[in-house]
Amino acid sequence: MSLKVLEQFKNPELCKKLLDCLNKEIEKEIRFMEVCGTHTVAIFRSGLHSVLPEKVIHLSGPGCPVCVTHESEVNAFLDLAGKDGVIIATFGDLIKVPGKKGHCLKNAQADGARVEIIYSPFDALEIARKNPNDTVVFLGVGFETTAPAIAATVMMAKEQKIDNFKVLSFHKLVPPALDVLISDPETMIDGFLLPGHVSTVIGIHPYDFIGAKYGTPAVVTGFEPVDILQALLQMVRSMKEEHPKVINQYQRGVSEYGNPKAVEVMYQVFESSDALWRGIGLIPNSGLEFSDKYESFDAKKVFDLKIGECPSLPGCKCGDVLKGKMTPEKCPLFGKACTPASPVGPCMVSTEGSCAAYFKYKVD
Amino acid sequence: MSSDKVLLDYGSGGRASQRLISELFIKHFANPELERLNDAAAFNIDGKISMSTDSFTVDPIFFPGGDIGSLAVHGTVNDVAMLGAIPKYLTCAYIIEEGFPMADLEKVVISMSEAVKDAGVAIVTGDTKVVPKGAIDKIFINTTGVGQIVADPMPSGDRATVGDAVLISGTMGDHGLTVLGTRGGISLESNVMSDSAALNHLLVKLVQEIPDVHVFRDPTRGGLATTLNEITTASNVCCELEESSIPVKPEVVGGCSILGLDPLYLANEGKFLCILPQKYAEQALEIMRADKHGKDACQIGNITDANPGKVILVTPLGGRRLLNMLEGEQLPRIC
Ligand code: SF4
Repeated sequence: MSLKVLEQFKNPELCKKLLDCLNKEIEKEIRFMEVCGTHTVAIFRSGLHSVLPEKVIHLSGPGCPVCVTHESEVNAFLDLAGKDGVIIATFGDLIKVPGKKGHCLKNAQADGARVEIIYSPFDALEIARKNPNDTVVFLGVGFETTAPAIAATVMMAKEQKIDNFKVLSFHKLVPPALDVLISDPETMIDGFLLPGHVSTVIGIHPYDFIGAKYGTPAVVTGFEPVDILQALLQMVRSMKEEHPKVINQYQRGVSEYGNPKAVEVMYQVFESSDALWRGIGLIPNSGLEFSDKYESFDAKKVFDLKIGECPSLPGCKCGDVLKGKMTPEKCPLFGKACTPASPVGPCMVSTEGSCAAYFKYKVD
Repeated sequence: MSSDKVLLDYGSGGRASQRLISELFIKHFANPELERLNDAAAFNIDGKISMSTDSFTVDPIFFPGGDIGSLAVHGTVNDVAMLGAIPKYLTCAYIIEEGFPMADLEKVVISMSEAVKDAGVAIVTGDTKVVPKGAIDKIFINTTGVGQIVADPMPSGDRATVGDAVLISGTMGDHGLTVLGTRGGISLESNVMSDSAALNHLLVKLVQEIPDVHVFRDPTRGGLATTLNEITTASNVCCELEESSIPVKPEVVGGCSILGLDPLYLANEGKFLCILPQKYAEQALEIMRADKHGKDACQIGNITDANPGKVILVTPLGGRRLLNMLEGEQLPRIC
């Protein structure tokens, strides 16, 4: 997409018109949740948060992959990082996430662990190729957005017989988590803004249950202010229907059935499994495990890692924040014991975490 | 030099070192004070002095628009000049990894000598160390500069005052994106180039023609956002910026959106911020725009008393949000 086209989706006059419509059409208070961390940041960065109508109450959801990575998963990759002959390859977001005793990959690196920050999973494969005597473990953290590219890398490793490449798959799937959120009576969500990135892969139909089962409106949307405002307007309008259909606001990026090829690649290498979500707990069928055919690439099996419940960080309210039960400022640690400089929970670490967004962008 | 690679011997202090110094450094940095080869440099400076030091460890060492040598001059010359001073003398210390190609070293030294000439300063003393392979990444350069302060009153980070205009000399993020974009692993195909440049001549012109410049700062590491936060904290004032008036090249906007970076946090090496009473803003902009290093200069905001210590960005939608200090390095995102 050219920058010129993107510019139109930032257009202040268009935003003003959409805001006016929203103000006119909104009848009662609505609590909407944007599931995706990129949306959270977009809402704050563009200043939208400060100009939305008062009746629109904004909740941030569990859509930052770093934030929902469970404590036990963080501990697992920290344990691996100390091992001889292991090179950890990871996207940058993960290196400051605290695990047990506040330890993170950045500290591990200072203690001598080999940690490489990469920009694509294919770079990790390259590192494996260049270091045949070491095992390169790629940290597979993310949603449906990144999983296909990681699966494709695993397929390539198999084809090229690069056996010292492994993946620690802590992937999470978005739709099952939403089911858990809506069924929780305390969350009181009137509508969802759904992540455009995820739908470029899975399309819009995996979200059909939100309207059909719960009568809650849901709009797949892009990341510019015009996208978000238009999606909110669509949400307000569809609230009047009994079983609203999931709306695709982001038609320039998302086709109804997504990218079936990417989904196919993803499910050749992985299969769905139960997964632990930070602050939420176990959600059935919300993760991706290696399929039998590719299990030799599974770092969990190769290193015999045990992932299980472990105590959460004392005082951290990330769970409530991720579920939209609490805004970050209400957490007693927010801005005091917990800041981006010394984060207690992952919501403050990730650039897309809600606590970090409130801390970074909110004026008062 | 007899070898095409830098050897440990060249840092030994013996003959090999002397050869390196005379055949490379003295040859290119030629000036009478350096040629005396004393243990220290002697020079006269009258009045108040501005002094600054910086170590340069950029990766890659050659990048579009510059290299570590010119950067090591520009960085320190600019820092010295930000107090309203005329930079005069530089020291330079090289720490070189054993095995570093001699041809690259010469390229760096030549580029440094050209930067020095352009800035009108002299390298009057220096040092060379060679360390075993792996002890450092290729080459580090430290420069220290001194200059004579000519502005009275002197611009300073704690002098931003309610009612001041905030001016910027040009586009943001060019250097930071260039360096990140040329690093291994990312291949950004774009024409973006580092803005690395010596700004001292323009800065001196400004303080000589405008009666009172409150603050000069170069938004290097941490970018515009971090620099402005330092100023608002030191001056205990609020800076309100109009986002749409902050100049950023379209290719920088594009590259940043691919990598998930914010141009307002990216380093600049040839730009400066100028904060001064609103009544002098137009005059300052005219002077800046007449110079090649300030042709895109514009006013980006004002100093107010709204939220002391904070930088607030007014977005094109009319929304207001904080522009906070950068915490650590900017890292490209997961998705
Ligand atoms: S402020 Fe910190 S401790 Fe509180 S919920 Fe957010 S990340 Fe957790």
